[in-house]
Amino acid sequence: MSSVTSAPERALFAHRGGYIAMGLTAVITLLSVIMLAQDARWVYLLVYVWFGLIYGIFLQYGRFCMASAIRDLFAVKVPRMAVGVMIATALFSLTAGLVTVAGYSTFHAHPLGWHIIIGGLIFGFGMVFTGGCASGSLYKSGEGNMNSMLVLLSISFSMALFTDLGSWSNSLAPESWAVSAAEKGMPDELSVTDGWFDLFVTGYVWDLTGGTVADWFKSGNLWFDVFVGNALLGAILPTIAILIVLYLTTYRKGFMRRNKLTAPAMGDELRGFWGMLTASKNTAIAGLGLGIFAGLQMWATGALREHYAIFNFGELLEKMGYTNGLSIQGTVFDPGYWYITTQEAQLGGWILDLAGRDVTDNVFFGLENGIPNPLINAPLLMSLGIILGASVLALIRREFKWKKPNLETAVFAIVGGALMGIGARLGMGCNVGAFFAAVTNGDLSGWIFLAGMTLGGLAGVKAFNLWMDWRTRGEDEFAL
Amino acid sequence: MAIKFDKIEDGHYQLDVCGYVCPHPQMYTKKALQKLAEGDQLTLVFDNPSSGESILAMCESEGNDVYERSEEDGTAVWQIRKG
Repeated sequence: MSSVTSAPERALFAHRGGYIAMGLTAVITLLSVIMLAQDARWVYLLVYVWFGLIYGIFLQYGRFCMASAIRDLFAVKVPRMAVGVMIATALFSLTAGLVTVAGYSTFHAHPLGWHIIIGGLIFGFGMVFTGGCASGSLYKSGEGNMNSMLVLLSISFSMALFTDLGSWSNSLAPESWAVSAAEKGMPDELSVTDGWFDLFVTGYVWDLTGGTVADWFKSGNLWFDVFVGNALLGAILPTIAILIVLYLTTYRKGFMRRNKLTAPAMGDELRGFWGMLTASKNTAIAGLGLGIFAGLQMWATGALREHYAIFNFGELLEKMGYTNGLSIQGTVFDPGYWYITTQEAQLGGWILDLAGRDVTDNVFFGLENGIPNPLINAPLLMSLGIILGASVLALIRREFKWKKPNLETAVFAIVGGALMGIGARLGMGCNVGAFFAAVTNGDLSGWIFLAGMTLGGLAGVKAFNLWMDWRTRGEDEFAL
Repeated sequence: MAIKFDKIEDGHYQLDVCGYVCPHPQMYTKKALQKLAEGDQLTLVFDNPSSGESILAMCESEGNDVYERSEEDGTAVWQIRKG
């Protein structure tokens, strides 16, 4: 007989955390109104902020974390989060499909190459030690987890430094990259033949091609290409296949034992499969919400681009009189959909620039993304929105708690975060940009990133177990 | 702040992972449960809510009974019987 007891139940908001959450929401609303009163075009930036808040609420509600999905699968044989991620993937592919056929998609497919799986491997290994993926670290920061805040800082600076590697790293790149980079005819101020990452991007990645399943179909019927190609073949069928593997390898045994089934019929298997899908209602609901709102964000941003007749937020910023921090093309990072790491790299780059290091001579910042002031960096404010949205819900649920890192977890956060940053830049995104947003738009490179992330996660779990064994070596019988 | 694993009495152990965040609580809980014999009791003390859901699912999957759960001021105390 199990029992659950907790602190006396009170009204949802009638406690200190509830009041702070309401105050926080009021301040964000007030600031939004002030910005719109000052210039209605800030709506473009505020769309990012408010979608970020919504993502933060769903992430915290479902404790939605890719690190948890992969790590718990291998470490404790729990598929709960992996199932939630797969549900979100299938649903987002449908909303992303609607946005694409409506003509508002802002998605660009990633170039296919070895860098994706290597990036995923490094990212996946690092995230086991940090305890959270890129989006998970944001929502956990919102719960007061200072360890996750340290992870975010480590990701930000490692990416900024990695994209701005100096001349010493040139010899690490193949000669062919330097030749190819020189042929691109990029402006001298970008010095694309100087620095490993510039050589990697201009001499290697730019020579690759990629596309979506719909691009390959081109049947003449956009609905068919998008919903059968991108959604069904590119996302939903692989998702179902993964769910079946998860059921057979992790959930089935426990389900059969709990229900005392020794010779299960097909109906029992289906009940077991359904039981796995609904085992964590919160994660499934979060997956549903994230899938729907991630699609809506693409639609909203696409509609605003059409309304303002722009391709990139940099154009709008320039019209509004903000030119500092734009790339040499007058652009800033503006994906128009859920993304995490590039804006964190921009934060690191902006701080390094403030400290006197010129990072604008590389293609990542100088040509494409810029290093806008964080106060007008729309995707970065989406990340802040995720943190605040998670804070609001955590405060309401009485789950907000300041947690300080100790030496061990701080080292894990810094080193793991650095690996995640390097992996994200190599793989051209994180668990959101390189996987979630990719596969749901029919870009199969996302499944390659997931494969890399999974192998990296498996290696990370084995390394963590070795660490636990080493840490407790030779102690008494009650030591772990 | 350190992870503490103590013997309370014969067949009853306590694991305290307060202050630790993912992945420590679930991985140390698994390690602790591996040390216990069938029928032994583990009192688990932790303060990382997201680990709790993984630990609950892990116990359910492995046949360990989480027969009592209490929570106060963000600290959870669970009683688990190894199955």
